[in-house]
Amino acid sequence: MDKEKVQKLAQLARIKISDIEAENLSREFASILGYVKDIGSVSKDTRSVSPESFPVRNIMRDDEPSHEAGFYADRLLSAAPHQEGGYIKVKKILQ
Amino acid sequence: MKELIKLNLKEAREGLRLGRFTSRELVEAHLNRIKEKDGEVGAFLEIFESALASADEADRMIKEGRDLPLLGVPIAIKDNILYRGHASSASSKILENYVSSYDSTAVTRMREAGAVIIGRTNCDEFAMGSSTENSAFGPTRNPLDLERVPGGSSGGSAAAVSGDMCIASLGSDTGGSIRQPAAFCGTVGLKPTYGRVSRHGLIALASSLDQIGPFTKTVSDSESIYNVLKGRDALDSTTISDETYPRKRDFKKRIGIPRSFLESEGISESVKSNFKQVEEKFRALGYELVDIELPNIKHSLAVYYIVMPAEASSNLARFDGVRFGFHLEGGDGIEDYFETKGSGFGQEVRRRVILGTYVLSSGYYDEYYGQGLRLRDAITQELRGIFEQVDLILTPTTPTCAFRLGEKTKDPLSMYLADIFTVPANIAGVPALSIPSGFEGILPLGLQLMADLGREDDLFTAGKDFLGESI
Repeated sequence: MDKEKVQKLAQLARIKISDIEAENLSREFASILGYVKDIGSVSKDTRSVSPESFPVRNIMRDDEPSHEAGFYADRLLSAAPHQEGGYIKVKKILQ
Repeated sequence: MKELIKLNLKEAREGLRLGRFTSRELVEAHLNRIKEKDGEVGAFLEIFESALASADEADRMIKEGRDLPLLGVPIAIKDNILYRGHASSASSKILENYVSSYDSTAVTRMREAGAVIIGRTNCDEFAMGSSTENSAFGPTRNPLDLERVPGGSSGGSAAAVSGDMCIASLGSDTGGSIRQPAAFCGTVGLKPTYGRVSRHGLIALASSLDQIGPFTKTVSDSESIYNVLKGRDALDSTTISDETYPRKRDFKKRIGIPRSFLESEGISESVKSNFKQVEEKFRALGYELVDIELPNIKHSLAVYYIVMPAEASSNLARFDGVRFGFHLEGGDGIEDYFETKGSGFGQEVRRRVILGTYVLSSGYYDEYYGQGLRLRDAITQELRGIFEQVDLILTPTTPTCAFRLGEKTKDPLSMYLADIFTVPANIAGVPALSIPSGFEGILPLGLQLMADLGREDDLFTAGKDFLGESI
């Protein structure tokens, strides 16, 4: 993987990285992916795990309000870097 | 009487119950120890101001004759476990100023059991690492040798117990992050069955692998804290009950040893010779040891380094500088994300999120993630199958003793290999326990026992036998 490819992936992940870091990562990824590549050699004809071996599934709660509207609002809003009038404030998205 | 900071949980509870000392005295003894020792170790990021008030409350309850499993006992939590009104940063700059909006279920249950939560401990950022060198707030050192790492990612929690700065602590284990530091610091560390302990309020790394568990001085203490933490929780739909995995066979003291897996590269001579003594000791205790074949287990670490970054890249997308935590201004809304994540996340986090983005990207998904999941199924089948023949699987916890600070930071892959023996339990979801098994010089070594899903009880039985604890 070359450093352009790494920059492209960083773009997808919305992370700003320097060119030097992209170059280091391309070298490190070569070694990590070289190590994980050996899984490709294992036969893909693996039995899939039967549902009985994992009995935990589809645990749902009733679709009804679990608390009064606004009960947690202040607590959660206080964690946001910018807020205004009971809302989280972000920059204008549509110009 | 033993010095207060040398007491284990069982002894501390007994002393408190009998009124030999108060919770305030016990907590103050540990706070003094932290003052004296933690400057050089760096296990704690913060001592909670609420600790002494919690101790006084515990003393009131003790006076009223209340008896709860953790009442009045100072316990530390890893910096990725939420405690309402207290800071929790996952040792990351991106959450440096975050104050927990709610309690994790683990903290709720510990507090209901009377625990005094004294502070939060350092870890690798977002639990990504095996040495606690990846913390945004500086490394933690091994209290037994300050030139060495305590292991990771829950290195602060391990060092806090090992350095007598608290009686027990909580960590989280995604690929070995409780067991590996437990081994490096000479404590007992438990990763419960996947789903046994609620993950509600644990800052997620890889949701299909993460489990919370205790660091303790004895196996009995591990069991006591496990009993407090475990159980169904409506706030985590993956939690299980005691009935979810019924016992399939009676405990017959039969231990399997994956012999060829133990011949993996990079295992030190001292670990090998210690393991021989461990085998001898189990035999002397009346256990039957048999060699077993697990042909796919050697692929566990490779599968782990696909599944874990894939899940991490998804879980960490929420740290966008909008809803909580650190925010850095860019030119517009999108650039805010780039700036915030670029400087809020440390190097290892950026590395894993980008790697996870790659293995999930179109064109590579099936080759990496798809194949990883198929192989994960195969490894799980293999392990679960073997537990029809043996009660436990025995390995060393780590391939070497604690390494030096800086020794592996330049080569991520060599760091990842420190988890070779611990990762399979997370891949298959089975419980595993690390207990002290000896020393290389002054540095502790650990043995690891794995059991079938839901069979923590067998881990505790064998662990107590090995350490000579009364059952």
